Order: sequence, then C-alpha cells, then structure tokens
Amino acid sequence: MTRETLLNIRGISKSYPGVKANEDVSFSIGVGEVHALLGENGAGKSTLVKMIYGLVKPDEGSMELRGKSYAPAEPSEARGLGVAMVFQHFSLFEALNVAENVALGMENPPPMRELAARIRAVSEEYGLPLDPARMVGDLSAGERQRVEIIRCLLQDPKLLIMDEPTSVLTPQEVEILFKTLRQLSAEGTAILYISHKLEEIRALCDGATILRRGKVVGTCVPRETTAREMAELMVGATLTPPERRATAKGEVVLGVTDLSAASPIPFGTSLKNIAFTVARGEVLGIAGVAGNGQDELLLALSGELRTGADRIRINGHAAGDLGPSERRKAGLVAAPEDRYGHGAAPDMSLVENALLTGAIRRNLTRNGFIDWAATRAFADEIIQTYDVRTPGNHVAARALSGGNLQKFLIGRELDQSPQVIVINQPTWGVDAAAAAAIRQAILNRAAEGAGVVVISQDLDELLEIADNFAVLNEGRLTRPRTVEGLTIDEIGLMMGGAHGMEVAHHAEA
Amino acid sequence: MDFGGINPVILVASLMVAAVPIMLAALGELVVEKAGVLNLGVEGMMIVGAISGFIAAVATGSPVVGFLAGAAGGAVLSLVFAFLTQVVLANQVATGLALTMFGLGLSSLMGQGYNGIKPPLTGKVPFGPLADIPVLGPILFAHDWMVYASIALVAGVWWVLRATRLGLIIRAVGESHDAAHALGYKVNRIRLMCIAFGGAMAGLGGAYVSLVRVPQWVDGMTAGAGWIALAIVVFASWRPWRVLIGAYLFGGISVLQLSLQAGGSAIPVEYLSMSPYLVTIVVLVIMSSGRGRASLNAPAALGQNFHAAR
Repeated sequence: MTRETLLNIRGISKSYPGVKANEDVSFSIGVGEVHALLGENGAGKSTLVKMIYGLVKPDEGSMELRGKSYAPAEPSEARGLGVAMVFQHFSLFEALNVAENVALGMENPPPMRELAARIRAVSEEYGLPLDPARMVGDLSAGERQRVEIIRCLLQDPKLLIMDEPTSVLTPQEVEILFKTLRQLSAEGTAILYISHKLEEIRALCDGATILRRGKVVGTCVPRETTAREMAELMVGATLTPPERRATAKGEVVLGVTDLSAASPIPFGTSLKNIAFTVARGEVLGIAGVAGNGQDELLLALSGELRTGADRIRINGHAAGDLGPSERRKAGLVAAPEDRYGHGAAPDMSLVENALLTGAIRRNLTRNGFIDWAATRAFADEIIQTYDVRTPGNHVAARALSGGNLQKFLIGRELDQSPQVIVINQPTWGVDAAAAAAIRQAILNRAAEGAGVVVISQDLDELLEIADNFAVLNEGRLTRPRTVEGLTIDEIGLMMGGAHGMEVAHHAEA
Repeated sequence: MDFGGINPVILVASLMVAAVPIMLAALGELVVEKAGVLNLGVEGMMIVGAISGFIAAVATGSPVVGFLAGAAGGAVLSLVFAFLTQVVLANQVATGLALTMFGLGLSSLMGQGYNGIKPPLTGKVPFGPLADIPVLGPILFAHDWMVYASIALVAGVWWVLRATRLGLIIRAVGESHDAAHALGYKVNRIRLMCIAFGGAMAGLGGAYVSLVRVPQWVDGMTAGAGWIALAIVVFASWRPWRVLIGAYLFGGISVLQLSLQAGGSAIPVEYLSMSPYLVTIVVLVIMSSGRGRASLNAPAALGQNFHAAR
C-alpha cells in the first residue's frame, strides 16, 4: 500500500551547547500512517518532535507538509496547519477544569458552553468519555490523557504527535487508546508515535524510524521485525537480561500492617489499610498507575510521613513513628522518584550529596564534624562501582544527566549495607544499559540478604526482578502474590482494569 | 444615633474611602499573583505612585492627571521588578523587599519641597437629590469618583479572570508555567504585563492616599498599606470580590480605631493604631493554618521563576 506523503523531513540538525540533539535526520510520514519514532532516552526524539511542533527551531534542514515548505515559528502556527501534539507530561493545568484546559490548547476556542458540548460529542465519538466541568486535578492519569487527546481532536488534526502516551496507562487503557488511534488512522489522520515500548509499536505502527544519539540508525516495518532486533538497533549493543540467583528467603525484615495516612501532597492520594511483609532476600514489586499513592507510600516507608509506631516494623522493632535518620540507623534506606530536589540537593556536589544520606550508616561524621576524606572516598566508590559518568566528585548533582544521577543515587543507598531497601521508580528515564545495571545491583543486594521494595510503573521491570507482586490502586494495596504464572491480563485487572472505560467503545469495532 | 461617640453612617461612608487604596493595590497584586508572581514591593510602588501623582496633580492642577501619573509611576517602578525577576531571573521575594525599600527612598527624594502643599481637590460625583436620602445618601451617593471606579475595577478584574480568554491564560500561567510554555504561551511576557498592571494599580492606590485621603505629601505616608494589601490578597483567597470585602473590613478597622481615638476611648492610642496590623497577622495565621495550599486556592506556580530550558 503506497500512501501520499504528508510530512517530509530532510536533513534536520539541532545542537545545544555540548550536545548534538539531532544530526541530519530525515524521514517521512504518509497520510493516515502510524509512524513510530523509536529511541532511548536522550536519543533526540523529543527535540525532533518539538521542532515539528514549532517549540524549537532547527539549525539546519527543511520540512515539507503536503508538499509545501513548513517551518512553524511557534506552536500556534503548527496547530493552524493541522499538527497537534499530546505531551508526555507538563501540559495540563490541575486547578482548571477540562473545558478550560481544552480551550488553552486551541487557536480560536468557541464560547465555553458550546465548547463543553463539543467536548462531549467528540469524546463519545471516539470512545473517550469526559465531563467538561471536572477539575483536571481530580482525574486519573488515563482521563488526563484523554483531555489532551480531545484537545487535539477538536482541531481536526492531520498529524497527531504522541510523546510516550502509554507510560501512565493500565494495559486495558492502552487497548482503548489503540482502538482510538486506529480509528483516527482509518479516517486519514497520520500519527507520529514516540515510545520505547517495542511490543506496543509492533502492535500499532505501520513504519518506524530508529534514532540513536541524534542520528537515524535504521528504519523498519515493526510488524515484520522482532522486538529484540529493534531493541538492539536502539541501543547499538546486545542486551543481557539480569541474572538471578535463587536464594532461600529468610525472616521478615519489613512488616507493614494496616497503614493508613492522609497525603501531604496537594491532589495526592491517601493510603488506605496497606499491609505487606518483606523477607530477607525477597524483592517485592509494587505496580500501579502514577498517582495512586506511590509517592505517599515511599514517604510513609522512608519516615518523611510518620504513622502509628507499630504500623511499620523494621526487623521486628516498631518504627512507624521514627524519622528518616532513625530509620536509616535501623537499617532502612529509601530512594524517592524525583531525583532533582527530593533524592538529591541539585546545587550541591556529589560528595556533599553522598554525605546527606550516607552519614549515618557509613559513619562519615565524627563529634559533629564531617570526615571529608571518608566522604570523598564514599562518593568515589559509588562513582566507580555504578559507572557514573562524571568529570569528578566535585560536580554539582544538577550537572549530571538524569540517568547518571540516578545511578549515583541508587548506588549511594545500596552501598550502605542496608537491610531494607525502598526504591520508587529505579530506572525512570534511564537508558537500557544503565537500567540493566541498576536492576542487577538491586538483585545483588537481595541475594546478600536485604529485603527490597521496588515501586515502579514499568511492568516488565517488575516482572523481571520481583519475587512477589502487588498493585497500588487509589491508595489501596492488593495482596502480594508470587510473580510466577502471573499474566498481563491479571495484572491489568489488579490495576483497576480500565477505570470504567470499557463501556466506551460501543459504536465501532 | 451615635454609639460611644461614633456615628455608624459616617463610619460606613468613611470606611469606603479608607478602603480604596488597599483595595486597588490588593486587586493589582491579585492579578500579579494569579500569574504566578509574588511581588512584595507593593508598599514601594504605592508610595512612588503617591508622590508621582501628587507632583503631577500639583503641577497641572488636575486630579485626573494626578491619578494617571500615579498609575504610571507605580507601573514604571514595577518594571524594575519585572526586569529583575523575569529577565535576569532574580529571586522574587528578595527583589520585592528591595523594591519596597527603594520606593520609600525614591519617593522621599522626589518629594523634597512638596511638604505642606495642598493638592487640587478631587470632586464628589454629583448625584443631586440622591445624596440627601437619609442613611443611604451619605453611604452610597456622596463619594468622589475614585470610590466608584475602584468598585468597577473589582468587577472588571473578576470578569476578565473568570470569563475571558486573557484571564484564562493568566490563570494558566500562574498554575503551571511549564504546561503553558509547552502550549506556546509566552510565560515571561504575560507575567511582565501582569506585573506592570499590578504596579499601576498600586500606584493608583498610592495617589489616592496623597490626593484624597490625607491630602498632602508626607514622607512614608502609605504607612504599611502595601503590606495590608498583600495580606488581603491571601485573606481573599485570590478572589476579586473577597478583595472588596477584605478591603472594607480592614478599612473599617482603621477608621474605627481613628474614631475611637477621637472619641476619647479608654484604650491607649498605641494599641488602637497597631490594631489593623495585628488583625492582618491574625487573619494570615488563621487562613494558612490547617488547610493545604490547594484548598486556599493559591496559584500553584506562585513565586517560582520560569526559564524555558530547550
């Protein structure tokens, strides 16, 4: 099947100080085609689509839309020409309602009442029901994404750009999204689909362009290519899955019973009657769509959010009313999701950041004075063991790329000979090779006898490293069960299914 | 019909006048904060507005020109703040405090030689026989036009923020500058315009102090009104009509303490004159205790600078 070309990109380059984000990138998208843009974090996918959407100007190269030269100076111009974009994050306003959010993304929005009616009509047509008057802050991640998609659809786009749309969805919600996208494609809307989830791309896309370090390294027809081949094109190396040693599980090191806590975060989710145990050598994986209490659970376990003393037991001792430092002393280390500002002090050096959580278990202070020599040695040890790419230990945490800083922060916690490890999103935004290294390090600690809680939204990751598996849904935790024999469908149902979205697709199919 | 030497009709009529400066300044600051900027320099912009308006009114003999000049003076000073915080990304709290001190010094310099001069009179709006209605007449129909203009401005700001696209964009920028930027809005430019509007409103309020309320020029004559305006914005939980209520409440307290002083109250004068500020502190403590920021309706990006990275 040959298609008429919609967007043609020729020789696009874009540099930032110190990095070439894109170098001589060329590809084209046909009318109604679903085209995947594949690549690891930092491969230049986001910069490329920002240029197509007019947020960033290319240094070199040209674009053509329907045969005419296309160089949008700003997003409104791109929108005017029929290019719409669904963002990965950062483009909704929590304190505004759905209709207001939609209006902000349109060039000439109709009056609010009319807009609300059109939102209802379009959302029904595409099986994405939405109430225009609801506050976005109260919506689930899947519903928020619908707001973005409908915002685009109302402008009748010719090209819809989707930046990692499924990273926040349950498997069932992904199915619904794909139905919508196929319907759009059948109506002639081209879709540029950015992701690094290979199975999804194989299920959905007609063509794929693979980027590595800003350059096109290959194209393929995803349906005819295996996920492994695409992954190796993406990474440029062969991947080895982490190695697991079966270890005998020991006594319980972390016990949580009937833990309930109100969320300290605005629009957060409160924890409701959470209960689980983690034994020595066990890895408990906790899945769930973002915003279902993951951040709150980490706060409650790390000690930033205090609860009743006997709700949390470390090595059998009541610890629910202890603060983070006392819990570290008791053997529990924690690594939060947000690296800049929560996990690290961005403007302080790596040495200082190593001190911040390492001081207690590594004895880096003496009589209230800092033992700088030992602290530097600790920082260097982390940098070496975890292959952190940095000019030196004096560099500010902010200056490291997300993946490198994550390696440093995970290493900092793992190298404190902990008995209990709690990590939220260990490999978020980390490239595949580094992610494999982090997972291996976590497994090694477990093999040495630590109990590990990994909270993650990456199901593949959890299935790979966890012994037991549970799901957080609206602040409640399902009963942990062994990973063996668990199917994706079962997990989806544990995650709350499609949040009542099943009814939506009645019209078509 | 007096209570302890205080006539309630005169009290209400004069609190409406007393409330105008803080209402205007608070209304301007509300727009600024809705756009996500915390400008603590309201006091400085008010006092510069007071002296700019005073000089222009004395020079031309026209109070209208005076008010316009007051607004212009406040706006020009606010642009200093806008440049520092939006262009070179200085810390908003520190810059705002510096702006207040700079404004106080600058106004003192500009006001050399203007002490003891009377400004031209700002006339009352002629409502004819309406003003003679008992009780309602003195309260509703016996004020100068700025009193009515300030209420109209409250209505205008409320309408713009609630019902117009401009208002929606301002709220969006204050809610999440990253999202607004991703959609292609010029965050810093929108904030700059809001800051200038806030400065003009503060200057207008200041000019009202020196042209109507006092009316003459005295160094430091705004005497903390800017700080009260800042408190009213929080008290009003960023809603224009509540700014009106808050301003009348605080205006009422300051008028009441003056009347009590004049009426020879047994409470020492010092306690009475500190009462508006004490109430400010109490209100702020009550408003911010217990409930989270979100329920207080505060703009989520308040006080954070925006820099478009990539």
